[in-house]
Amino acid sequence: MEDVIAATNRIIDKYGANSESLVEILRELNDVGGYLTTEHLAQAAKRLRVPESKVASVASFYSLISLEPMGRHVIRFCQDAPCHVVGGREVWEALEHELGIPFGETTLDGEWSLMTTSCIGACAVGPVMMVDEDIYGNLTPERAREIIARYRTASRQAAQSAERAGFAAQGGQE
Amino acid sequence: MAYRAHVIISGTPEQAQEVKAALMGKLDTLGLNEEIEVREATGLTPRSVTMASRGVEAVVYPEVVHYAGLTPAAAELIAEEHLLKGRPVQDLFFEEHPAEPLDAPSAKEVRVVLRNVGTINPESIDDYIAEDGYAALGKALTEMTPAEVLEVLKTSGLRGRGGAGFPTWLKWSFARAAVSDEKYVVCNGDEGDPGAFMNRRVLEGDPHAVIEGMAIAAYVVGAQEGYFYVRAEYPIAIRTLRLAIEQARDYGLLGKNIFGTDFSFDLEVRMGAGAFVCGEETALMQSIEGKRGQPRTRPPFPATSGLWGKPTNINNVETYANVPQILLQGGEWFASMGTEKSKGTKTFAIAGKVKRTGLIEVPLGITVREIVYDVGGGVLDSRPFKAVQTGGPLGGCIPEKHLDLPVDYESLASVGSAMGSGGFIVMDDLTCMVDMARFFMEFAQEESCGKCVPCRVGTRQMLEILESICAGTGKPGDIEALEKLGASVTQGSLCGLGQGAPNPVLSMILNFRNEYERHIYDHKCDAKVCRALIEFTIDPPTCIGCTRCARNCPVDAIAGKAREAHVIDPEICIRCGICAEVCPVDAVFVE
Repeated sequence: MEDVIAATNRIIDKYGANSESLVEILRELNDVGGYLTTEHLAQAAKRLRVPESKVASVASFYSLISLEPMGRHVIRFCQDAPCHVVGGREVWEALEHELGIPFGETTLDGEWSLMTTSCIGACAVGPVMMVDEDIYGNLTPERAREIIARYRTASRQAAQSAERAGFAAQGGQE
Repeated sequence: MAYRAHVIISGTPEQAQEVKAALMGKLDTLGLNEEIEVREATGLTPRSVTMASRGVEAVVYPEVVHYAGLTPAAAELIAEEHLLKGRPVQDLFFEEHPAEPLDAPSAKEVRVVLRNVGTINPESIDDYIAEDGYAALGKALTEMTPAEVLEVLKTSGLRGRGGAGFPTWLKWSFARAAVSDEKYVVCNGDEGDPGAFMNRRVLEGDPHAVIEGMAIAAYVVGAQEGYFYVRAEYPIAIRTLRLAIEQARDYGLLGKNIFGTDFSFDLEVRMGAGAFVCGEETALMQSIEGKRGQPRTRPPFPATSGLWGKPTNINNVETYANVPQILLQGGEWFASMGTEKSKGTKTFAIAGKVKRTGLIEVPLGITVREIVYDVGGGVLDSRPFKAVQTGGPLGGCIPEKHLDLPVDYESLASVGSAMGSGGFIVMDDLTCMVDMARFFMEFAQEESCGKCVPCRVGTRQMLEILESICAGTGKPGDIEALEKLGASVTQGSLCGLGQGAPNPVLSMILNFRNEYERHIYDHKCDAKVCRALIEFTIDPPTCIGCTRCARNCPVDAIAGKAREAHVIDPEICIRCGICAEVCPVDAVFVE
């Protein structure tokens, strides 16, 4: 896996090591591992020749840049008025109940982070949430639980096939 | 490759992809995959009335047959019947208003900004050019002086569509008058108002219209470079826009010596990173420069000192998208729509408790009633209308007594609301106005950038008061405290966010003071929303003793034997409402 320094350098180079692109650099870097560490910030400051305090101030300002570890899947639930009016609260509670964590936290197994987001512009089909990059609309508590189950099944299947592949590889060596 | 037919599918991404996959699979089996192109019109809302509640829609070109409510199976049927055998499937045709026929409701809509959205392929510049695209830029560059363009805009009466309603021609003339070797034009695509998604649709559905509008602005103010600032929450819009810019460059419509003149202009896209306040123009420019997006004092206004201290013209997506049509059809044409001071059309995003949600475009001056009942089809489940929230988290609500208010900048402001960017949230009698106010305040409090103390601290104090009213611990004097705090926050904040943050609360107190008093003095929430003020009970004669509620109760607050009436213990009950949700005979009542 790409280390912190290499990832930071790669993305900074893509933007021509220009501190004007700091917001975009940090956001893209954030998407690599889901969050930024102090190492990322220090390396970015060094390469862009700006004080670490400036990098930290920008990183902490924007909600799509996280300074804490995130789960493998991130749910971003729209908590704005149009979604609230059409039953968002019930869906919100179903999500908390299903994952066993309050909003803003990550499950102990590191699978899920439950976050809120500002409007994602899909108000006509509210309540809405994003799971990673995908948007799900017209949610009900039931549909929200179904969607989570779908992701869980997919991870289980991926884990099983990885296990099988592992066995096959071992078998091959023997 | 030349195709015999094109199919453009639109709907929620998840469902549209299912339908698209089914259609493409079938076309493959039928051996038509090289003759027919299937595309997904990005975004959420389809063609004619852009009402997303109609499910997945598809338009088949060249004959322009419009289907709606598609399932994967229906898509396969269309492939076989229409695309293979040439027999359109009438049962799946899009009908203007399938649910409840109304008297020509869509006749109230006029499309200027949305004219191409959903009907052209946004990823093809040729489609845009075929709809007179870039003709306005050509006309401006080769036949008009910048002063003449300004004159047309002045006649049109176009005002800023970001919400403030500043005359566009005047803004441009300020930036034009500024003396500098470098100037910029910026497009504000940081559409953050909850409930507003018109900019997203325009960027995803007709990106060249905005690019063309910006190029014309650059010609008028004398800028050579432009920036598009788009929020990161809109990845599809960003992708579509980047592609459109590349195509425009390839065609020589951006870059050096456009249309063989000595006018040169190029554009760059900058992405936000999740901060509502960046929609404020000075904060937005800070963010483009790679800094924390915090607003600064004005003056100096961007027209004299904007991006990197240079004169900058900044407008909203919708404002720019209007410009090409105004130049082609004339200022008088645009001014013929709307009211005396608010000309032209405006897009609105209708959401909330309304039958047909989605994006509409109507002439300004239309009444609130016409939007809710004629275009939106009325309140969901035909419940009583309570209010409409316009202007997003910085706007206000319009109660029933103002249903016949014309929708324009001045009229909305006169009743304590605002145009904003065009959010239009309909509320019925089941919406609690204290809860709504708490909700908007939570948003403002969270999004406050923290620079101005009245906004940073005041919004939190107001939120705490609202929370205590919702929790049943409101005190006499709370309403007055909210009013006083609201006035201080408005006066003591630099930018529109702080100045507008108290608006929803103040406007709800103004129109629904009684509801606040009921919460504080009678401990009643008549909309049955505030949990601390309601109680769940089971009606014994109705209850069939199926035990479903008891089994689903997360705190075991429900007791009762099978086939006997159940009882909820109010001391244990957390009022989550799951019992009411699972009850098969609707025996759970809320008091």
